[in-house]
Amino acid sequence: MGAIGASEISAAICGWTERIAAAAEESSERLAVIGLISHGDLLAQRLVAGLKARGIDALYGAIDISLYRDDADMRAEKLPLRSSYLPFSTDGLHVILVDDVLYTGRTIRAALNALFEYGRPARVELQTLADRGGREVPICADYTCFHIEPEDGREVRVRLVETDGEDKIEF
Amino acid sequence: MKPRKDLITIGSLSDEEINTILDSATAMKDIFTKSVKKVPALKGKSVLTLFYEPSTRTRSSFEVAAHRLSADVTTFTVGTSSVVKGESVHDTIDTLMSMKMDYIIVRHKNSGIPDVIARHCKAAVINAGDGAHAHPSQAFLDAFTIREKYGTVAGKRVVIIGDILHSRVARSTSTILQRLGAQVAYMGPGPLVPLQAHTGIPRFTDWDAVFDWKPDIIYLLRVQNERIDTPFFPAGDYHQAFGVTEERLKIIDDLDLGIMHPGPVNRGVELCDAAMEYRNCLVCNQVENGIAARMSILYHLTPQTQNND
Repeated sequence: MGAIGASEISAAICGWTERIAAAAEESSERLAVIGLISHGDLLAQRLVAGLKARGIDALYGAIDISLYRDDADMRAEKLPLRSSYLPFSTDGLHVILVDDVLYTGRTIRAALNALFEYGRPARVELQTLADRGGREVPICADYTCFHIEPEDGREVRVRLVETDGEDKIEF
Repeated sequence: MKPRKDLITIGSLSDEEINTILDSATAMKDIFTKSVKKVPALKGKSVLTLFYEPSTRTRSSFEVAAHRLSADVTTFTVGTSSVVKGESVHDTIDTLMSMKMDYIIVRHKNSGIPDVIARHCKAAVINAGDGAHAHPSQAFLDAFTIREKYGTVAGKRVVIIGDILHSRVARSTSTILQRLGAQVAYMGPGPLVPLQAHTGIPRFTDWDAVFDWKPDIIYLLRVQNERIDTPFFPAGDYHQAFGVTEERLKIIDDLDLGIMHPGPVNRGVELCDAAMEYRNCLVCNQVENGIAARMSILYHLTPQTQNND
């Protein structure tokens, strides 16, 4: 069983923030970092805070995509829905969608549908903490911190300080 | 929550299920404020409303809820259906199953009919009121309304006033409120406030006792003239004895109490006109929250109609 620890994750998020900051300085569009609930929203909060420390003001949003899933009626267990937080129109924005692990791509497909009900962004990028392969739809990330190949199709679990007490990726 | 096919009573739900449905109702309500008031969660699913008793608001509330989840809705109007021609409930169920419905929302004057239908079909069945037995979606919208207004249901004191005996609302709503940690009391005309069946609930016979109990919320039940063969009171007498009169409204205002009512309100019977305009009158909130609560119920139920059988 593999694992990525807190210091590596911290360094990766730092590099990730730098990358967005560099892109933001070259871009004319307003930047919005929108995380997918849950975990993606926490990563988005960290990125927005990191950007702010570098003098870049990015909008923060979070979306719960449960109601947009293509398998809503097939899931064994339905979790309580969480309220999306998107207090702005996405019209004309440069949106960075943030998630913890990119796997089948179905979540991102659903996220794009949800996102476009809040306006028409100028462009949308997908950035994730980890990519574990196994795509079932034609979606790829514009940026990923860690490429992981878990053995025997094992689950990749991301733990974050805010909800799980530590930063760790297990696979 | 684990897959659950039907919602027949509040009593059959676990605490986790109650909380999950309430939590999700908050997120459902956010959808109303978006420019696109619709999500694709139940796209391609069929919802049937099967009302053997007249109802405008519960049925349309379920219909709006289903539409906002992108389901297709069919209304089975009993007055014009074969039911009046003598079709049995079982035959009606067979007919409905042939239509491949995924969700069936049932109201019937006899207690237990929704449960019978639920046990004989693969569709998810929601009890929208069966006799004096249960009305679980009303209970959810009431609990949700209290939680939204006061932050929590736990510790709140709610007096339910009126014809408790014939009221499925009293039964379901008091059950959910107690499960969530509220204290419930009843007040109404003696013969209409049963001594049995609702344990641990104080019973009052007049408003002085109600105010002495220091409630947070006054919940008026509708006087259901259609359910009682002989009216017990002329409307004016009922209003004076058990309704929110203008004088009582002043006390309610001074004490900052909330007013709730499942609707439709008989003005001048349960509530005076001014009570409908009162700042803490939550009747309109209940209607709006009814849609959110019913969306959450539909979303969290799992029909067994996956396979083509």
